[in-house]
Amino acid sequence: MSQPLIDYCIAQGDDALIFGQRMTEWCYSAPFLEEDLALANVALDLIGRAQMFYQYAAELADDGRSADDIAFLRDARSYTNLLINELPRGDFGFSMARFLLVDTFNVLYLEQLVDSSDARVAAIAAKAIKESRYHLRRSRDWVVRLGDGTQESHQRMQQGLDEVWGYHKELFIVTDGERELIASGIAVDREALYNGWSEQIDAVLAEATLQRPEDGWKVVGGRDGIHTEHLGHMLSEMQYLQRSYPGVEW
Amino acid sequence: MSSEQQLKLFEVFVRSKRGLDHKHVGSLHAEDAEQALEYARDCYTRRSEGVSLWVVNSSDIVSSQEEDAESFYDPMDDKPYRHATHYQLPDAVNNM
Repeated sequence: MSQPLIDYCIAQGDDALIFGQRMTEWCYSAPFLEEDLALANVALDLIGRAQMFYQYAAELADDGRSADDIAFLRDARSYTNLLINELPRGDFGFSMARFLLVDTFNVLYLEQLVDSSDARVAAIAAKAIKESRYHLRRSRDWVVRLGDGTQESHQRMQQGLDEVWGYHKELFIVTDGERELIASGIAVDREALYNGWSEQIDAVLAEATLQRPEDGWKVVGGRDGIHTEHLGHMLSEMQYLQRSYPGVEW
Repeated sequence: MSSEQQLKLFEVFVRSKRGLDHKHVGSLHAEDAEQALEYARDCYTRRSEGVSLWVVNSSDIVSSQEEDAESFYDPMDDKPYRHATHYQLPDAVNNM
């Protein structure tokens, strides 16, 4: 019973950490100062979320590893984040397209996770849902603003959406371990969220005058540790300090 | 492209807790009022500074001019009877 829950918490943590870390790459290079700060806030929300999930996983596992060990001492193959979170930063349009797909999913998911039969998971979700609602407000606003903006912003927004589209399928794949947790009321059935997600995305795209991309391709594998070539580069940077100076503290 | 040339300037007011006034805390650039409100949240309340926000188009603010200072403010200097300095403030009143 406990191992699926540990794996689940680590996977949720990985999703949040990897996306958060990726979005910190906007720090100092966002289009303007206010947006720079806003993006950093979002990234920190996600990293904080990862910390909470890792902390719980560490307590459940009780194998001497801390939340930091889980974050900084694993290799790419041991990471189980969904691939959409690790893709390179891309341009601003790509980033906002990715945010829209993920934020929309996160809000739907967390809205149900707050009723998890596991009190700790429910508490994490209760904190996270407030953050994700704000993230979605921002990403929806940007997608509409850029999609229904100038000719160039529209074209780049569409291009970003087209590039990320094939990675959304993985958001809705339930793993075997997750299925057990769904049965016991701990996790949420992500597969069942697809129709609601799809409708919400369509509504935003219509307002943004963007075309919904074709569903002809998909890329999956993150939960099995099969990653894109981008994750390793990111981890080498993220984990550099702990790897070079094991156990170093402030 | 300089964002300062493209984006409008807004003034930000934060109410730190219920019962207090909104106070001017700074300004920011944004495309429109809705975005300004979000950036005000992101830039000025990230350390739990507020429970309510106002954003105002900077161009909508009418301000007094330096050259009017004499006629605006000097006449009040010799009217101490307008100050409530001799009034004992009840302990229950925290903010005044």
